[in-house]
Amino acid sequence: MNQNLSISSIGSKHHSAKVSLGIYRGFVYFFLIVLVILCLFPIYIILINCTHTNAEIQGGFNIWFGTNLINNITNLFNNHNLPVMRAFFNSLFVSLACAVLTVYFSALTAYAIHTYEFKGKRVVNAFIIAIMMIPTQISAIGLFILCLQLHMTESFIPLILPSIASPITYFYMKQYCDSVLPYEVIEASRVDGASEIRIFHQIVLPMLKPAIALQFIFAYVSSWNNYFIPALLNSASGEHATLPLLIRALSNSSPESFDMGPVYCLMAVAIFPLVIIFIIFSKSIIKGLTSGAVKG
Amino acid sequence: MEKGNEEIIVLSQRKKHFKINNWAYIFIVPFFISFIFFQLIPLCQTIYYSFTEYYYGQMTGTVGPNWNNFQNFISILNPSAVGYGGFWKYLGNTLILWICGALPQFIIALVLAVWFTDNRLKIKGSRFFKTVIYMPNLMMASALGYLFMVMVLPSGPIFDLFLNLGWINETFRFLEDEVWVRILIVLMNFLMWFGNTTLQLMSGIMGISDDVFESARLDGASAMRTFRSVTFPLLKPIFVYVFITSLIGGIQLFDTAYFLTSRGGGPNGTSYTLMMYLYEMIPNKNYGMAGALSVILFIITGVLSIVVFRTITPHNDAMKDEKKTKAKRRIWLRCSNNYGETLGYESKFIDK
Repeated sequence: MNQNLSISSIGSKHHSAKVSLGIYRGFVYFFLIVLVILCLFPIYIILINCTHTNAEIQGGFNIWFGTNLINNITNLFNNHNLPVMRAFFNSLFVSLACAVLTVYFSALTAYAIHTYEFKGKRVVNAFIIAIMMIPTQISAIGLFILCLQLHMTESFIPLILPSIASPITYFYMKQYCDSVLPYEVIEASRVDGASEIRIFHQIVLPMLKPAIALQFIFAYVSSWNNYFIPALLNSASGEHATLPLLIRALSNSSPESFDMGPVYCLMAVAIFPLVIIFIIFSKSIIKGLTSGAVKG
Repeated sequence: MEKGNEEIIVLSQRKKHFKINNWAYIFIVPFFISFIFFQLIPLCQTIYYSFTEYYYGQMTGTVGPNWNNFQNFISILNPSAVGYGGFWKYLGNTLILWICGALPQFIIALVLAVWFTDNRLKIKGSRFFKTVIYMPNLMMASALGYLFMVMVLPSGPIFDLFLNLGWINETFRFLEDEVWVRILIVLMNFLMWFGNTTLQLMSGIMGISDDVFESARLDGASAMRTFRSVTFPLLKPIFVYVFITSLIGGIQLFDTAYFLTSRGGGPNGTSYTLMMYLYEMIPNKNYGMAGALSVILFIITGVLSIVVFRTITPHNDAMKDEKKTKAKRRIWLRCSNNYGETLGYESKFIDK
C-alpha cells in the first residue's frame, strides 16, 4: 500500500501494528475461552456427576469421571415413582410430531401465499406476522379450560395439534420462498401437467430443504424443552408426562433426601440428546442462523 | 371467428387461473383451523373470563363466570388489594431480571459479533466458538434451573468450590440470599441467550456492504471509530428488532426462575416473575384473575409487537420514501434469516 514510504518506516510501522494486533488477538482469544468455559460448565458438571455415587457427589466437587455410571442408569430406570423411559419416549414422540407438523404446514401455508393470487392474500400474510410475537402463554388459561371441557387433559392432542399453526416458522418459510422459489418453476411444472398437490410435494418441498431442516430442528427443540403448557394439562405421574414434568416432580421434594447420581443422569437424558444433535448439525445450523446471504 | 376463438381461450385461461388459485384456500385451511381452535378461541375466552368472576373453591364449587365490572383488573392493578396486589412487585422483579441479563448480553454479543466479522482479526476456530456459545440455548431451561439449584445447595459442587476458595462460610445459603438468587437467574438467562443474540447481530453486520468498511479503512478510521460511525448506525434497525424481541421474551421469564427457586420465587418473592404469578393462578383455579393478568400481558406484548412489526415490515410507507423502503426491505430479509430461532414459539426466550 504505502510504497512511497521508506523501507525502514514501513518495517517499524508494520512491526508495531503487528504487535498490537497480536495483543488484541490474545485478549480476544482469552475472552472467548472464558465464555466457552462458562458455557460448557453445566454440561461438564452433569457429565461428571452422572458417573459418581451419591456419597461422592454430596462430598464435594468432582473433577474427573467416576465409575458408577451403569449403576446410576439402572437406578434411574428402575425407579417406579419416576417413569423416565416412558417420559423419554413421550417427549420424543411429541417433539417429532410437532416438528413434522410445524414444518410441513408452515411450508404449505407459505407456499400458498407465495404462489397464488387470491382475495385477502395480503391481509392473511399481515395477520400472521402480526400475531407472530404474541406468546402462547397468554392464551394458556383459555386453552386449559377448553381442554377441561373437551376432556383433552392427560392427552397428547393439545401438545401436538397446535403446532400446525406456527406463525414464526411460517414467516421464515415465506421469506425463504420469496428468495429461492421462482414462479417460472411452478409454471413449468404446470405445463408439464403436474397437479398442484404434486408440484408442492415433488418440486417445492425439495427446493425448501435447507429451510425445512433448520426449522425442523428449532421446532423439535422448542417442543422438547417446553414446560408451561404440558405442565398445565398433564401430570407427571400420568401416561402422557414429558421429561420436563419429571424434573418438576423431582423438585417437589428436597434434593438432599435422594440419590443424586440418577438425578444427574435424568438431567443428562433431558439435555444431551439435543446437544448431540446440535453438534452433528452445527455446521449447517450456524450457517443457517448467520447467513445474511438471501438477497432480495 | 378468430376473435371469438381468442376470447374463448382467454376466458378458459382465466377460468383455469381462477381454479388454480383456489388451491390457496385449501392449502392455508389447516393452518387457520389449528390457529382458530387452539389459539384464537382460547384467547377470546381468556379475554372473556378476565371480565368475570370465575373460580373454583373447595366449599363453593365452580362460581361463575359472572360479569363483575372489571373487578379483576381493579384487584390486580391495585397495590393494596387484599390477597393480590403483587402485580407491580412481580413486574418490577421481571424487569430487573431482564435488564440485568440484557445489558451484559447485548454489550458482549455486540463485541463478539464485531470480532467474528472482523477481517483483520480472522479468529481461528470461529465455528467452534460460535457452536459452543450457541449451545446453552438448546438446553432445557427447566433442567438448567434445577441443575443450578442443585449445584448451589450445601451439598452441591458450586457451594463446595466457593467454600474451598474461602468466598463463603459454612452457614451461607445461596438460595436464601435475594441478590444471589437474582444473579443466578440472570446468569442462566445470559448463558442461554447471548450466543443467539451474537449470531443475530453477526448476520446483521455481515449484511452491511464490505465497501463501506473498506472506505472507512482507507480513510484511516480506527476500529472504535469504525464501529461508532459505520457499523452501529447501519446495524441499528436490526439491533432494535433483536432488542425488542428480547424484551418480549424477558416478560415471559419463567422456567429458569421457577426451577431455581423451587416455585417460591426466592426469599420474600424477590425473584417471583409475572409468568410464575400467572402459572400459579391456573392450577389454583382462579380463572377470572388469571384471565385479567393474561390480558394485561397481552396488551404489553401487543404494544411491543407493534414496534417489531413496524421495524420489519417493508410496505408500510412504500410510496413515501423509496430509500427508506429499500432499507426496510433489507432488514426484513435479514430478520427473516435470523428468525429461525428467536422466541415466541412457546416459551422460547425464557423460557427465555
